[in-house]
Amino acid sequence: MNYYDKVETMSRAELKTLQSERLVKLIERVYSNVPVYRAKMDALGLKPKDIKSIDDISKLPFTVKQDLRDNYPFGMFASPLRDIVRVHASSGTTGKLTVVGYTQSDLDMWSNVVARSLVTCGASADSMVQVAYGYGLFTGGLGLHYGVEKLGATVVPISSGNTQRQIMLMKDFKADVLCCTPSYAIYLAEEIAKENIPLSDLNLKIGIFGAEPWSEEMRALIEKNLGIKAYDIYGLSEITGPGVAIDCEYHAGAHIQEDYFYPEIIDPVTLEPLPYGEKGELVFTTLTKEGMPLVRYRTHDITSLSIEPCKCGRTLVRMERVTGRSDDMLIIRGVNVFPSQIESVLMKDCNLEPHYQIVVDRINNLDTIEVDVEVNDEFFSDEVRKLEDLKRKIECDLLSMLSVSAKVKLVSTNTLPRSEGKAKRIVDNRKI
Amino acid sequence: MLVNQIAVFLENRQGRIFELTEALKKANVNMLVMSIADTSDYGILRAVTDDNAKAMKALNEAGFTASSTDLIGIEVPDKPGELAEVLKVLDDGGIDIEYLYSFKKAGLDSAIILFKVSDIDKTLKIIKNSKVKLLTQKLY
Repeated sequence: MNYYDKVETMSRAELKTLQSERLVKLIERVYSNVPVYRAKMDALGLKPKDIKSIDDISKLPFTVKQDLRDNYPFGMFASPLRDIVRVHASSGTTGKLTVVGYTQSDLDMWSNVVARSLVTCGASADSMVQVAYGYGLFTGGLGLHYGVEKLGATVVPISSGNTQRQIMLMKDFKADVLCCTPSYAIYLAEEIAKENIPLSDLNLKIGIFGAEPWSEEMRALIEKNLGIKAYDIYGLSEITGPGVAIDCEYHAGAHIQEDYFYPEIIDPVTLEPLPYGEKGELVFTTLTKEGMPLVRYRTHDITSLSIEPCKCGRTLVRMERVTGRSDDMLIIRGVNVFPSQIESVLMKDCNLEPHYQIVVDRINNLDTIEVDVEVNDEFFSDEVRKLEDLKRKIECDLLSMLSVSAKVKLVSTNTLPRSEGKAKRIVDNRKI
Repeated sequence: MLVNQIAVFLENRQGRIFELTEALKKANVNMLVMSIADTSDYGILRAVTDDNAKAMKALNEAGFTASSTDLIGIEVPDKPGELAEVLKVLDDGGIDIEYLYSFKKAGLDSAIILFKVSDIDKTLKIIKNSKVKLLTQKLY
């Protein structure tokens, strides 16, 4: 068994001591450097000295995405901008992005957990890794990139899209590891088959897939169609990016790098911590991050934790596959999309907020969004050109707001479902 | 002379046109001329009826989105080349035509052409200074 770090097999007792030391230092630092945390703790009458060990974590206040949004862009940073060497961003609920910042030591820590993840999946310094996650503000591409370099393997920074080129480089460079979203992996497999390229022409052995939820059925399909072993990588940019947790060869839940990211499960309604084995909302505390440390950050992902020994020998807690969310966020082709973003575009473009419905589907293994908008007297016209112009404008503004393209379909009045209370705005036809 | 036309949104769904014509039938509205501009997802039905106000009310009640607009009506002899003559005048005058269509009304020798233009006033001025004949009689 290959481990990258000794921590991966540390005893639970030693882990707890390490986590406790780190938590105490973290709270002292955020209380002094981050006004938002000082205010939250003062409101509870809490002082850093009240936190003596990891057992005291449930005394601490939560952090939510709204806190990051309210303090956009850099209000949650605990280090001066001079020490921040990188920023990343991901979708916010409307318009504004969620910004995260990293010091050099944060980047080193991140590449460390990604290197751990690569080794857990069977990669080594001799590997050639094709990183087909998007490069840019999104943490996927650059996250995997620096992990590969840290490991000493070879990175092919191809980013996402341009399927023809992906396949050509796979054949020519002979990458043994592929990193992308699971739905793109299925799509690639189909394109490879369409071009009649035998799997023996490729050198792919391992796939590390994430950025969107996927099922055991999808794993089986990818493994069969690409002839590889497929692993699940979990992460979110607020915590660091990909690499927060990694699947091992026993596929019994992703191991969380809990020496850096302390997980808890809470009841999303009462906010009370739940014991191991119970399903609830995943919350993380970043124990060593300097740039933008987060205390008890609510992820809205629903899962459960297990510390039962894993056959791989790693003692790090495992999280079961994320099956749902406790908010209305959608993940479309690996990108976070909030219905409220779509609503704000419609309100801006249609003057009067029209009745609408979002229909999500997966066609030929690629996610699609269609926004059905009821035509109303406000914007109906006898001229096709005017209706088409409006449709195109909405589609353009949606692309700008969401970073994924959505098709707009105009439908008659009173054809979309109405309901008392919260309207069912989203129809998700994907069977993951 | 301006001719009032109603336009109705028709989602591309089977039975939709039937529902629309049923609504007009129930309101006892007669269509003089009708056309449908279609796209892949929807159509826009344009019609001149014998009572546009009654038609609009009936259609709104039946759940359709409708609007009304004024078109310029032109009368031409029912002979080849007459439409080309009118279009030359409008093109030379720099008029933007959104759409047009033509029909013949029973009992009238001339053909009628209806134009949707972007600038009605400019168009009327140009027509007044030309040999083009505006429609003078009421269609209903």
